[in-house]
Amino acid sequence: MAGISRRQAVAKLLKGRSRLLVVAGLGAPAWDCAAAGDHDLNFYLWGGMGSAAMVGLGLALAQPSYSVVVVTGDGEMLMGLSSLATIAVMAPRNLTIVVLDNERYGETGMQQTHTAHGADLARIADGAGFSWTTRVENLKDADVIGPKLHESQGPGLAVLKVAAEKLPLVLPPRDGALLKDRFRQALLEREAER
Amino acid sequence: MSTTLVDWPTRVHATLQAAAVRQVGFVPDAGLTELIEHCQTDPGISDVLLATEEEGVALAIGAWLGGDRAALLMQSSGVGNCINAFAALRTCRVPLLMIVTMRGDWGETNPWQIPLGQSAQRHLELADIITHKVSAVEDVAPAVGAATQMAFESSEAVAVLISQRVIGAKTFEG
Repeated sequence: MAGISRRQAVAKLLKGRSRLLVVAGLGAPAWDCAAAGDHDLNFYLWGGMGSAAMVGLGLALAQPSYSVVVVTGDGEMLMGLSSLATIAVMAPRNLTIVVLDNERYGETGMQQTHTAHGADLARIADGAGFSWTTRVENLKDADVIGPKLHESQGPGLAVLKVAAEKLPLVLPPRDGALLKDRFRQALLEREAER
Repeated sequence: MSTTLVDWPTRVHATLQAAAVRQVGFVPDAGLTELIEHCQTDPGISDVLLATEEEGVALAIGAWLGGDRAALLMQSSGVGNCINAFAALRTCRVPLLMIVTMRGDWGETNPWQIPLGQSAQRHLELADIITHKVSAVEDVAPAVGAATQMAFESSEAVAVLISQRVIGAKTFEG
């Protein structure tokens, strides 16, 4: 099948994570992050389509000493395109957006998104003023993204062209209040101990 | 009336400072000009220029995850843009202070502003957001003070709606 294995790519991205805060956009990107290993410092969105990047911005501004990665899908990112312009204005160096681009709305029946018709989210982010953007077509090239999360050269956006495959669901907790509380507890208690 | 009562932007900014609000998202509105300027010149506040209002709701969720308090400043028409994003505030129980300057509620001369102006408060209430509507200038700062306290101490989403009676109606003259 053409395209990167999304589960492998996300597993590699998050492997051995340290001082990394993860925001997962709704749908398959959230299941991919859960499949890589649930973590108190993962915040999974189960709704609020289009809001993942801005959640990442608020978090990145609040915690400049951490690296923040937003792992989301092409459909979710398309719904929040204006946030790319907003993020570029604030220019948080610790924020990276990773778009798992399968050119499909996976949760609703694999209908094509705009990226299937040529929309290029890396070029859109570049035009908005992101510090770096990249578009990756194979798993080996995806290896460069992991280190970039921690280089504080952001804001950055990486598009991974992933396979349009339906994978077994790996569901994280779905209670938003629980996800929020455990994230804050893990992060803010850790900070208090420093 | 004393100038300190009329100068609500300065008093509201002082309230945000005292409550340690660290991130303020905004879409500009004429009635918010001075408050936005106060926030922009405050080194303790990250002022975030939003392209559309719902970005500010998501910003506040991220801010709270990271331990920051956030506020959202917008015109009443922006309430309509936020509806889907509001759901996450309730689901995740995230506090948010909103300051909404009204159009379409008092002496409006642009008919396109009337629908949201007349329904913004009801939209907020349907989204389980607590609302305080203010029609007198001396009430603005106390209302924001109470809303700030309720937002961040009781983990609620609270909106203060400031009437055109306070900020005046745009006339399209000259």
